[in-house]
Amino acid sequence: MSQVRFISGDEAFALGVSLARVQVISAYPITPQTIVVERLADMVEEGELDSKFVHVESEHSAMMTAMGVSAMGARAFTATSSQGLLYMAECLGYVSGGRFPIVMMNANRATALPWSIYGDHRDSLSQLDCGWIQIYVEDAQEALDMAIQGYALAESENIRLPVMVNLDGFVLTHTYEKVNIPDRETIDAFLPKRNTWDKLDLDNPVSMAFTVGPELNEEFNLLHHKASINALGELARIDKEYAKITGRSYGNAVKGYRTEDAEYVLISLGSISGLVRDAVDRLRKEGIKAGAIKIRMMRPFPKDEIAALTKNVLAIGVIDKDISFGYEGTVYTNVNSALLQKKIYIPSYNFIGGIGGRDVSVDNIESCFKEMINADTKETVRFMGLEVIDDC
Amino acid sequence: MKEITWYGRGGQGAFTASRILGAAATIKGFNALAFPSFGPERRGAPIRAFTKISEEKISDRSIVKQNDYIIILDDSLFDKELLKKLKPGGRLFINTVKNQKQFGDERIIAGDISSLAKKILNRPIVNIGILGLLLPVDDEIGIEEIYSAIDGYMPGKIAQKNKRLLEKVIEEGVTKE
Repeated sequence: MSQVRFISGDEAFALGVSLARVQVISAYPITPQTIVVERLADMVEEGELDSKFVHVESEHSAMMTAMGVSAMGARAFTATSSQGLLYMAECLGYVSGGRFPIVMMNANRATALPWSIYGDHRDSLSQLDCGWIQIYVEDAQEALDMAIQGYALAESENIRLPVMVNLDGFVLTHTYEKVNIPDRETIDAFLPKRNTWDKLDLDNPVSMAFTVGPELNEEFNLLHHKASINALGELARIDKEYAKITGRSYGNAVKGYRTEDAEYVLISLGSISGLVRDAVDRLRKEGIKAGAIKIRMMRPFPKDEIAALTKNVLAIGVIDKDISFGYEGTVYTNVNSALLQKKIYIPSYNFIGGIGGRDVSVDNIESCFKEMINADTKETVRFMGLEVIDDC
Repeated sequence: MKEITWYGRGGQGAFTASRILGAAATIKGFNALAFPSFGPERRGAPIRAFTKISEEKISDRSIVKQNDYIIILDDSLFDKELLKKLKPGGRLFINTVKNQKQFGDERIIAGDISSLAKKILNRPIVNIGILGLLLPVDDEIGIEEIYSAIDGYMPGKIAQKNKRLLEKVIEEGVTKE
């Protein structure tokens, strides 16, 4: 029997990891990820989870330990945030290029400087090119469910890539809400023990984590690229299968809301997406044809789905909890490229907000829509909810 | 949606109580969110915590601006300006040795929870006890759900004592004059 508990995003993710019967956990604590690691350590200590917990001295070691575990054919988990993710950055490409299907939770948090423990998306977006699959969740329930689905995705034979599941720091990691926890038997049937030919095995030797010269390196990149793209279809397939056993479906890599007849669409990642839908409902009551798109996966990037949902709109806006200094938000760059490739030539605007944990209200979101509708500035990249006047 | 802000100092249990109230609401069948004000975490520093309760799924995770209830665990944090953050019909519950008349505002419900807590818990922790001021006013959350939330989410020893404190506050908590 599944049970309902009032728990935080971090606790929900830890329960998901436990249900996935992860065999080794290697992690170094960092706010706001810490609770995930603490809960898993408790579960191992109390014998609820048959797993080895490895205390490592850094995030760099956490990732390399997980890679070693994965090379043995076992299921590995780690979690990090912000500076920790940047510290392990060197190892991320080893794990993805070596095709090790690790799942990592990242608690999205600002990167220094200015020093901040609060949430934004710069940490994970700075690692889009590291070859991992990147998922962003909206609430604690999706966090638990994606911890489990993350392994199904990572270990799919036509993918075999690591998956980073991103939770907004504090807004998800430390917010308590109602979460339905599936029972072990249900998840055991959905996600059997990892079974792979791609491991260190004396009887069936394979070559792993190898060097490749210029004559073949590009081809290995092509294989990695194709494996990543497979995750778009596989996510949708896994979602349907998971819905059959739990009744919960999150759709594909992109989820549209009232986009059918929308003229103005706002695109977002993660926990803010629900607030955007609230703003859409409010604007619809005023007769404005507003719509929303939630991007669940940043890599592989769902360019066809985004284009399909925006081909009849008058303008789009993208909310970025990040700015690539000197240019624009990174989600915006990705969305614009997708539209251009599909020959969708419409005005697009970039709203930078929620930086370093800044609270975003439904009024902030509404003003994004109003700015798109009024097209009242030549500036396509603008900061929302500033406390000072930007007059320079 | 019912929106509640808790004011306390680090160590007084405002966030814990915001969660107990949220958990009680979910036991009753509502949706709820409970979250702290993500400020510096140190003993004695003023902190806020929030509880949101709704029949619908709650997607607004921003901090509460206008409140149905404001709950103040430590009266040194009281400021008349806070009353502006109450919705029409909203109430402010405060733990204080002052009586209700001294505040001169009918929206304020005062109780000396600290004295009762010292007797029952042996320490002036009022985070759960102060719900005894709220429960008689609120028509959605009942004491049974609060009891279940305490049992489900607090360590056994503190749980029993807090339930006793809560009963005591409901009986004699409000200091009218």
